[in-house]
Amino acid sequence: MCNKVDAVHVPDGFLDAPTSLATGALAAGTVALALRKARTELDDRTAPLAGLTAAFVFAGQTINFPVAAGTSGHLIGAVLTAVLVGPWTALLCMTAVLLVQAVVFADGGLTALGTNVTLLGLVAVVVGYGVFRGLTAVLPRTRTGVLAASGGAAFLSVPAAALTFVGLFALGGQVDLPIGTVASAMTGVHLLIGLGEAAITVAVVGAVLAVRPDLVHGARGLLSAAPLEDRRPVAAEQAR
Amino acid sequence: MGAGHGGALTARYLPGTSVVHRLEPHAKLVAVLAFAVVVVATPVHAPWAAAAYAGYLLAVLGTAAVAGVGPGRLARGLVVEVPFVAFAVLMPFVARGPRVEVLGLSLSESGLAAGGGLLAKATLSILAATVLAATTEPRALLRGLQRLRLPQLLVQILMFMVRYADVVGSELHRMRVARESRGFTGGGLRGLRVLAATAGALFVRSYERGERVHLAMLSRGYTGSLPTGPAAVVDARSWAVALGLPLAAATVLAAGMLLG
Repeated sequence: MCNKVDAVHVPDGFLDAPTSLATGALAAGTVALALRKARTELDDRTAPLAGLTAAFVFAGQTINFPVAAGTSGHLIGAVLTAVLVGPWTALLCMTAVLLVQAVVFADGGLTALGTNVTLLGLVAVVVGYGVFRGLTAVLPRTRTGVLAASGGAAFLSVPAAALTFVGLFALGGQVDLPIGTVASAMTGVHLLIGLGEAAITVAVVGAVLAVRPDLVHGARGLLSAAPLEDRRPVAAEQAR
Repeated sequence: MGAGHGGALTARYLPGTSVVHRLEPHAKLVAVLAFAVVVVATPVHAPWAAAAYAGYLLAVLGTAAVAGVGPGRLARGLVVEVPFVAFAVLMPFVARGPRVEVLGLSLSESGLAAGGGLLAKATLSILAATVLAATTEPRALLRGLQRLRLPQLLVQILMFMVRYADVVGSELHRMRVARESRGFTGGGLRGLRVLAATAGALFVRSYERGERVHLAMLSRGYTGSLPTGPAAVVDARSWAVALGLPLAAATVLAAGMLLG
C-alpha cells in the first residue's frame, strides 16, 4: 500500500478549468492568510523554521513505515505537522512541499497545484487540526489524550481529503462516472490508508513527546496543566 | 553542518549550456505553465484530439532534444504518473454511456476517450515539467517564482526547504545506515516504533537546525528579507524562444479547432 502518491497529487487535465481556477483561488487565499497567521506561531523565525520543517516533511514522506499485517505505508504528514508546529505553519509547509514536488519533480500538475494545495493543505490540515482540537477538548489533558486526538485527526484527515477530491471530480471531472460508486470505493480505500496514517502519526508524535515535549505545539496545554509536585522527602519526616 | 550533498533534489538538474538552459527561469516557468494550460484546454472527445496530442508530444520531445534531456531521463520523470495510470485504465470499465466491444470486453466509449485523454494530458505536462526541472537549478526555479510575484515569505520558506532538503535527507540516510548496521530489519509493530523514533529524532534535529540557522542569520543582520541581486532584463527575443513550446502547442490546438 503506497498512499503517498495515491492520496493526492492530482495531475494536469484531471479537473476542468473552472474547478481548477476555483480551487486555485481558494488555495491562494488560504496560503495568504496562513502567511500572516504563521507569524503569530513563529514570529520572525517563520522562514527558517517552516523551511526546515518542510524539508523534514519532504524527507519523512520517503520513510516506509510497517503498519500492520505485512503492509507498509507512507506518511502524508498534514496532521503530524499541524500537531508538531501548529496549523498555519503546517499549511505553509505542506504548500512548500507540494510546490517543490510540482516544480522540481513534476509530481502533481502545475495547473492542478491549487487543487493539490486545497486537498492536502487546506482540507487535510484544517479538518485534521479541527478534529484534533475538538478531541483534545473532550479527552483528558494527558499524553495519552494528545496521542489519541492526533490519531483520530490523522485517521479522519485522509478520507476527508479523498472525499473532497471525489466532490471536486463530481463538479469538474471530465468523465461521466457513477459518483456514488467512486465515492464509496475511495472512502473504503482511504479509511484503510487513514488507519496507517493514524498509526504513523501517533508513533511519531509519541516519539517527539518523549524527548522534546516543549516542541509539540498541540501539547502546549499539557505542560502547563501538569500539577506542581512537592518532591521534598516529607515521607521520611512523617515516619519519624 | 557539513552534510553531503547530491541528494534527490540536486539530482534533478542536468548541467548544460543549451538554449533551454540559458533561458531565464521565470520565462521557462511561464512557458511550461502555458503549455500545460493549452494541453488541458484540448477537448477530450473531439475527433482530432489524438492528432493534437501527437502534435504536442512532438513539440515537447523537440524541446527535450534541444535541451539535451535524454529519453531515459524523460521516462524516469514519468514514474510519478503510475497511480493515475491505474485510475485511467479503470475508467472505460466504470464510466457510463454507450458501450463498445473491445476484445470481448464491454467498455464505455466516453470512458475510453476520457481515460486516454487523461493519460495523454498528464504525460505531456509531466514531460514538459521534467524538461524544466532538468534544465533549471532548484534555486533558480525559486528565483523565477519570486519574479512571478510569489509572496516573499513563501519564497524564503521554499529557499530554506530546497537548501536543506538534501541535508535532512542525508541525515535520514545516515540514521538508516546506523539502524541497519545494528541489525535492524524492520517489520511489525516494533519496527514501527523504531522508525517513528527515527522520524521523531529527525524532526527534533531539523527544528533545532532551523533555530541555529535563524540565530546565524540574525547575527549576520537578517531583518526579514533576503537580499537578491538586481533582476536580469529579459529581452523580447528570449521571451519568444521561451514561449516557443506553448506557441507551437497553441498552433496545433487552433489548427485542430479550425480544421477538425
